[in-house]
Amino acid sequence: MALQTQHPVPGAPPARAAVPRPKAHRFSALLHRSPNLRLAGLVTAPAGWLVLVYIAALAALLITAFWTVDTFTGKVSTDWTTENIVTVLTDPVYQRITLRTLWIAIAVTLIDLVLALPMAFFIAKVASPRWQKLLVVAVLMPLWASYLVKAYAWRNVLADGGLLEWLGAPVGLESPGYGETAVILTLAYIWLPFMILPIYAGFDRVPDTLLEASGDLGAKPLATMRLVMFPLLVPSIIAGTIFTFSLSLGDYITAQIVGGTTQMLGTVVYANVGAANNLPFAAAVSLVPIAIITLYLFIVRRSGALNSL
Amino acid sequence: MRLSRSAKVILGVVTALVFLFIYVPLLLVVVNSFNADRTFGWPPQGFTLEWWGRALDSAGVREAVVSSLWVAAVSTLISLVLGTLLALALLRYKFFGRDVISLLVILPIALPGIVTGIALNNMFTTILGVSLSMWTVVIAHATFCMVTVFNNVIARLRRMQSGLEEASADLGAGVFTTFRLVTFPQLRSALLAGGLLAFALSFDEIIVTTFTIGAGDTTLPIWILQNLFRPNQAPVVNVVAVVLIVVSIVPIWLAQRLSQDSVGIGGTRVKATEG
Repeated sequence: MALQTQHPVPGAPPARAAVPRPKAHRFSALLHRSPNLRLAGLVTAPAGWLVLVYIAALAALLITAFWTVDTFTGKVSTDWTTENIVTVLTDPVYQRITLRTLWIAIAVTLIDLVLALPMAFFIAKVASPRWQKLLVVAVLMPLWASYLVKAYAWRNVLADGGLLEWLGAPVGLESPGYGETAVILTLAYIWLPFMILPIYAGFDRVPDTLLEASGDLGAKPLATMRLVMFPLLVPSIIAGTIFTFSLSLGDYITAQIVGGTTQMLGTVVYANVGAANNLPFAAAVSLVPIAIITLYLFIVRRSGALNSL
Repeated sequence: MRLSRSAKVILGVVTALVFLFIYVPLLLVVVNSFNADRTFGWPPQGFTLEWWGRALDSAGVREAVVSSLWVAAVSTLISLVLGTLLALALLRYKFFGRDVISLLVILPIALPGIVTGIALNNMFTTILGVSLSMWTVVIAHATFCMVTVFNNVIARLRRMQSGLEEASADLGAGVFTTFRLVTFPQLRSALLAGGLLAFALSFDEIIVTTFTIGAGDTTLPIWILQNLFRPNQAPVVNVVAVVLIVVSIVPIWLAQRLSQDSVGIGGTRVKATEG
């Protein structure tokens, strides 16, 4: 067989070049013969990155939590001690902060759930296809408008003499000002799309025929909702709560911007990394949200929610 | 299920109210960027373009924009390569540890940002002794941006038929030629969509950035955070916030148009409505 190198003519359709001669490009041929080698070539870099950068960092964080900082030199001492962890778990100050953070995360999750359910249902099952498309984009767009801008927007809304006060004045409502309520409101606002989208996707996956069948068999809408739709939707709802709950647990910037003096676990971590320069203690504090989320993931694991993440 | 007309109307009204709740605060920022009054009382007493002029003149803002763009571009590039490789590996092969890796890729975005932030900060400063810089920010961003590329590519791969690739191999094309001429063209718009999302994600990131950035460096979100509590700077912060809203919304809108099958947040795959 004549081996002719074909130089593609400029401007020629790419289809010509798509049929190269079986030139013995050794490496390519080797890859072609060995699926394992191909797999190794694909998976090594990304898996290596995730393990070396992320998993190693998480493991190191766990270990650092058992170290201390020498109070004189400010250097990390690698002597093994459970002091930090004991302090985090037993000191009433940190217990209070943990409970407050947990309460904020739960409140945010519940608010988002209440707002997201009817809205996601409307978009998926009531709106016409054309509107459906538009509304999904309308939910998505502010999702990516910066976290910081959104927290800042609420600083504007809640400000003295700001929009909320102006809106509330005629009905005798006051702006909550900067504090815990403001943190809950703002976080619920920021994470809302993270709840709407999985639930919308969940509603969208429920076949209309199933709902019609339920109606034909005599079920009222509420019964159909409870007996047909809800069981199918549980994984999506849990997926949404994982986001809102987990993201709220680790927050500290919203707390800084609209929280007044409200302290969350994130605030403590931040203060200990920056000003106090006590990484081991910060690491110990950060184990609390990690533990809470791991526990939550463990509880919901069997619901199938992790597959709809 | 047949909903009564009034039920539909009620649902529609609730949806409209939630949208109002979503958009009003953002619009307020836009309005305030033109507000003549520094305290942003409502309703505004007058309008001015002064803050826009000042923001455009500010060297600090310009510098922050440039570094944000650089960080976002480099981390997007890294996450494009890693995310695509990973998607190809996970969809085409069954191997030991496959489930673990598919969990690993969503972990950096499923865990709170502060965990990712402090874990990387601790590894760089305490364990490795590397000083923080823009490169440590890039490494951190690439780690969580990977998942958006991964999601878009794997969704596209699921819809692609392997017939074309097999045909290409049968006709004698090598592994790389097949990828370049057959697989890649089909992936192109998914890659663009994933890349745009990764870019937007990195451009906006604040928590992980705070923990991984060097002392003298700023990105745009860092600049905002530093100037947020300075009364004199508040109007300029409004302008920058508006620019950020626009800059982050455009890529999302483009990504939505480009990717017919999915736009992922974190791990959430949202089926985009077919046009």
